Amino acid sequence: MKKKIVLLISVFLVSIFLSGKNDLSAIEGKGDKKSEKKVITACDGETQVVLNDVSKDEVMTREKAQEVANMLLATYQQQKKYQSTKFTRRDSLIWERELKAMIEEGYKWFHDPSLGTNGISCDMCHPDATDTHPETYPKFQIQLKKIALLRDMINWCIENPMEGKPLKEDDPRMKAIEAYIIWARANQDPRPHAKTLNPGKR
Amino acid sequence: MPKMPSERKEEQYLKERDEFFKALPKLNRRQFIKVAMASAAVALAKNQFPPHSFQLVEAVEAKQGGGTEVKFRFAYISDTHLYERKLNERFVRAALKAVQDVNALDPQPDFVLFGGDLAQLGQPEELKLGKEILSELKPKLYMMVGEHDWYLDLGEKWIELFGKPYYSFDHKGVHFIVLNSVLVDDYWTETKMTPMERMKFMAQLDNPKGRPFTVGRGYGDVGKKQFEWLKQDLAKVSKDTPIVVFSHSPLYKYYKPWNFWTDDAEEVQALLRPFKNVTVIHGHTHQPVFNRIGNINFYGMLSTAWPWPYAPTGLPKLTIKMNRADPFDQFDGTGDGTVEVLANGKANKIYNLWSREPMKVTARYLESGGKEEVPPVPVDPSF
Ligand code: HEC
Repeated sequence: MKKKIVLLISVFLVSIFLSGKNDLSAIEGKGDKKSEKKVITACDGETQVVLNDVSKDEVMTREKAQEVANMLLATYQQQKKYQSTKFTRRDSLIWERELKAMIEEGYKWFHDPSLGTNGISCDMCHPDATDTHPETYPKFQIQLKKIALLRDMINWCIENPMEGKPLKEDDPRMKAIEAYIIWARANQDPRPHAKTLNPGKR
Repeated sequence: MPKMPSERKEEQYLKERDEFFKALPKLNRRQFIKVAMASAAVALAKNQFPPHSFQLVEAVEAKQGGGTEVKFRFAYISDTHLYERKLNERFVRAALKAVQDVNALDPQPDFVLFGGDLAQLGQPEELKLGKEILSELKPKLYMMVGEHDWYLDLGEKWIELFGKPYYSFDHKGVHFIVLNSVLVDDYWTETKMTPMERMKFMAQLDNPKGRPFTVGRGYGDVGKKQFEWLKQDLAKVSKDTPIVVFSHSPLYKYYKPWNFWTDDAEEVQALLRPFKNVTVIHGHTHQPVFNRIGNINFYGMLSTAWPWPYAPTGLPKLTIKMNRADPFDQFDGTGDGTVEVLANGKANKIYNLWSREPMKVTARYLESGGKEEVPPVPVDPSF
């Protein structure tokens, strides 16, 4: 119960945070439909360039595109200078909490037999996510006769030892399990060879 | 015999392999190599298995003489972790496979030890199913408890079905002791856990709040009474009588975060120290693991249900790790086994790994500090 409230609050805070940014971009002229100018947004979802000489649906030449990319990066870097003070301790606490929530969600599913049908759960064979070797993916999995991603083996274990139905790749449970496994194994396995596993081995 | 549930394709391979190994002792070395090559070729031609999984190693035959001849054998089955049959047939299939193995042994073992964790969640139906399956065994059966059998009702149903949780018996000049080594401090009264919550708390190996096992401590006075009993029982035995102790937990300290651990191990070892020949056979760790501390040889048993990874630290130096199990084969890394008790009171252990060559670990190997009679080392690294 308590956990839920914390989660709600954090979702609330995050949305305030995000909506603040939306206001900013509105001022910059986003959504101005009449002009039909091309607007390009960087991966941060914030930094934008508005192109006066290219229309909305036009495909840019390679040179033009490179020019725009350079411009975008320069703008981004400039903005970052004064943005560095924009993230407060409160922000980072929120991010940490969100991450923790996702890992905990993954931990929960990793220990939950309801992913399968026979009562078995992942932790029974992989205590502390041992022997999941996330750092070795992608790799050729001999038994599958193809390149496998971590989620392919997660699904394999769900379908076989646990006799369950595979999860969709974008299923939040799949994402959470991946998050838990990667987090649990990252720099946590004290065995020296854990970091030097050869790709291609099962 | 209860009906064998539907078999999987991979078992065909395993059956062929079984036949192959059964034929082994009857062959001399030259014939062995011939058969081995032929059989490997068959396996490869059928593309049934990656080649490395079928490494052929000549079984080491015990050197005769000096009291090293086998006086008698007993078999073991351990850690079946049964759920109710309607929920999970997978582990039922594995337990039945072990029963069939033991019944097919020729010569038959003098008796069978069950190493604990018959049930997964201590449910009466699980324990009863286990009893039904084990009742198919032809040799006499000795039972031991594991934590999965115990923490739903603190042993009530188990005791009703199988009798005392700790006892001793003598067989052909060897003194056998069976312990209840899964006793922990009370973590449930104060936290007001239901019996099922208590059970699940215990069943989770990577539970960060898990409590360490003991023989002589734990909740109530079960542990204290058992420890007193053990002292008195040992007082009656002469110091050169060989002793074999059955314990679910390892009786030494391997890896605490997973409770591969007996917290009062030193105290139990101290009671065993005055004896000339002491062997401990334990369950719980689901892997080939062997150790020697002072005068005591330790051998871990295989599980029929699933193998566990080796713990990240604390593995006994003498243990030769099997390489990691193939997740595509239910029976890889699991199995059952036998113990040979020699005329000189030592005990050798045979790991009957279902999808691999059997592995024999001798007392000589342990007592020579790993220098003599070294079991075959896997080619692949263990993860
Ligand atoms: C009955 C035992 C069992 C269960 C239950 C099980 N696994 Fe596995 N899994 C294995 C074994 C054995 C391997 C092989 C490990 C190795 O190669 O070292 C494996 C391999 C894997 C791998 C690939 C490891 C590698 O080295 O490439 C991943 C990832 C994995 N399991 C995730 C999961 C997840 C997630 C679950 C629960 C949904 C799960 N497993 C349930 C037995 C199990």
